[in-house]
Amino acid sequence: MNETDITQLWVYLSTKPLTGLTITLVAYAIGFWLYQKSNRNPLCNPVVIAIALIALVLHLTGTPYAAYFEGAQFVHFLLGPATVALAVPLFRQTATLKRALPVIAFGVLFGSLVASASTVILAWALGASPETLASLAPKSVTTPVAMGIAEEIGGVPALTAVCVIATGIVGATLGPTVMNLARLKDWRARGFAMGVAAHGIGTARAFQVNETAGAFSGLAMGLNTMATALTIPFLWHWMFG
Amino acid sequence: MIAAFALILVCQLFGEVVSELFDLPVPGPVIGLVLLFFGLLIKRKPPKILTDAADNLLIHFSLLFVPAGVGVVTQIDRLKGDWLPIAAALIISTLLAMVLTALLMSKLLPKQETVEKAEDAQ
Repeated sequence: MNETDITQLWVYLSTKPLTGLTITLVAYAIGFWLYQKSNRNPLCNPVVIAIALIALVLHLTGTPYAAYFEGAQFVHFLLGPATVALAVPLFRQTATLKRALPVIAFGVLFGSLVASASTVILAWALGASPETLASLAPKSVTTPVAMGIAEEIGGVPALTAVCVIATGIVGATLGPTVMNLARLKDWRARGFAMGVAAHGIGTARAFQVNETAGAFSGLAMGLNTMATALTIPFLWHWMFG
Repeated sequence: MIAAFALILVCQLFGEVVSELFDLPVPGPVIGLVLLFFGLLIKRKPPKILTDAADNLLIHFSLLFVPAGVGVVTQIDRLKGDWLPIAAALIISTLLAMVLTALLMSKLLPKQETVEKAEDAQ
């Protein structure tokens, strides 16, 4: 088989949804394998590895993102149902929730507003474009919801996805050190803050360190998803509408 | 399993319809999440097939972010143009929100177990 044959074969394959879907799963499997090999080091994030590998393949083969997404959309579609499914782990925290409901509700609203307001103010002061601001605003909630919010307020969902994932990695890697510097010793408060600021990636990290921190992180993440989805769009329309 | 997935999709569909009908800025799946959560609160004991289906969807939750994340290839120019505000927001705002929330919660939550040595809390 000479080079022209291979090129023609790729031209044929790149139009098939199967190719995009297969590349997505293979790249993630490699990323996850490396993550486990590295002793679950948060710097070896499987999502980041998968994105980098796929971006490299698309670049080397000159495949447009739209052609890749033809196949990848089947994975992407599951984000919606998975977001609905977050109700189940949230329900498991009902007992904790009932014990300190006013404090938890206040904490989530506080964290959600600090995260989005400081993001928008800082990025605006440094001269970000309006689309970038809208894409960054929901960066502390889980990706599917953040993308939905960004779309509602005029952001670019693809940029939001990248920023959300980067936020989770920053929170999970640097967060514990910064909280140590602030002399924060309460596992519940640490986990809670991790979930509010660094969503699922932070929660995964919190669970590895301490069970209590993990449970509070998951609780805060779930509630923050709702709080942010309910507050940002209204605040945004009210301020910039 | 099919019934559980169907229930999850029904919740999402309901959320999408409500969001569209009332022109709400809240994404449909979030309304579906709230609906399912209240459904579970009323039911008290969720059926095992539902919790299994939800857990299966969430085991590799991060895989589902990959297709959207690859969209970064279409955003290179924007990232280059706005790299400073993006980097500042990602690092400073995230850590600020985390520390302030942790400080607030450590004051407000009723006293309980603490970290023995802050050094262990990596």
